Amino acid sequence: MATLKELAKKPEYFTNGHRGCAGCGAAIVARHVLMATDGNVVVANATGCLEVFSTIFPFTAWNVPFIHNAFENAAATISGVEACYQSLKAQKRYDKEVKFIAFGGDGGTYDIGLQALSGAMERGHDMLYVCYDNGAYMNTGIQRSSATPKGANTTTAPAGKVEQGKTQKRKDFTAILVAHHIPYVAQAVVGDWADLTRKVEKALSIKGPTFINVFQPCRLGWGYEPSRTIEMGRLAKETCFWPVFEVENGVYKLNYNPKDRKKPITEFLKPQSRFKHLFKEENKPLLEEIQKDVDQEWQRMLKICEAT
Amino acid sequence: MENKKMGWKELPDADSMSAGTSTEFKTGDWRSQRPVFHKENCIHCLRCWVMCPDVSIIVKDGKVMGYDYDHCKGCGICASECPINKKVEFEKDKCAITMADEKEFQK
Repeated sequence: MATLKELAKKPEYFTNGHRGCAGCGAAIVARHVLMATDGNVVVANATGCLEVFSTIFPFTAWNVPFIHNAFENAAATISGVEACYQSLKAQKRYDKEVKFIAFGGDGGTYDIGLQALSGAMERGHDMLYVCYDNGAYMNTGIQRSSATPKGANTTTAPAGKVEQGKTQKRKDFTAILVAHHIPYVAQAVVGDWADLTRKVEKALSIKGPTFINVFQPCRLGWGYEPSRTIEMGRLAKETCFWPVFEVENGVYKLNYNPKDRKKPITEFLKPQSRFKHLFKEENKPLLEEIQKDVDQEWQRMLKICEAT
Repeated sequence: MENKKMGWKELPDADSMSAGTSTEFKTGDWRSQRPVFHKENCIHCLRCWVMCPDVSIIVKDGKVMGYDYDHCKGCGICASECPINKKVEFEKDKCAITMADEKEFQK
């Protein structure tokens, strides 16, 4: 794995001047993923924050070939490009080594892009799909998605007198991708660059479809200080809200285990204004329920890692 | 730091464009807080560089040289992630990166 000094010598494949918020986590994901490549990549992007702020006409922040098609078909688009590349290679009309990466937000991956992604993964294209999961449709104004955690205040699942934010649990999307029996699936978090770049390098070295789900704090939708983006990612990991693991050919491996230093979930929820209402006296049972859910999920995770 | 909007005559013809052009667009005027680099306290670990969402920390031969104020949006991730800052518990004289009000620089 490359050290920071080695990485700093590489050219920037995701440049400055993009129109992301101050302290944007999605820009960090794009930077870290491309940092791990040698620049010979083609990127496809689903509609979403990352696509909108990085490619405001007539500018683009991408220093690599970039395609945007529609909201739902980033995976289908990149699989088509990959198929074309394989064909040209077989005809001996092209000989350069090229990797294919698709980016999608949680809306474009968990909800809208699911069937295109599922199809591409099943067909076995040689590609990497990176989902930057910030837990809502941040680009269009913080509407709930199936990745929004329980209790979060969003514009379409607001906290008020009757409901206390989203009432449903979030979807375990990484498990759906594991069920596709693809060679490599991983979960990572913004804030651990070493872990994320290692996973990207590994995923790109494997032939076949690979998937990385990156948990990305969003300063606008979550409502915390912009300077705390990295800290929030780290807290998600340390409270076990977002387990950091990888699945290679069906074998789970936990990359981070806090053991007895596991932090209470309130440390992760407290700095975010979308969970403000949970700290009212009457919502105490809901807070306890969320902690119980996290603990349960974590125990399940430990058991799966032990069993495989 | 002025961003002139292009008219329809200047805009490129097709949807295919050259890469990495957003760097011509200056986002530095978004800033309300300005990070200030103190070279004497820096250990050049490059943690600020790797975490910066706006690629606004200038690194030359593995050493931090300072800020690209044309693009820095002043989020303050660099100051809060700096291990020196954490070590000295954000004591102003010993920090490698401090945040200052942007207004003071605009006079």
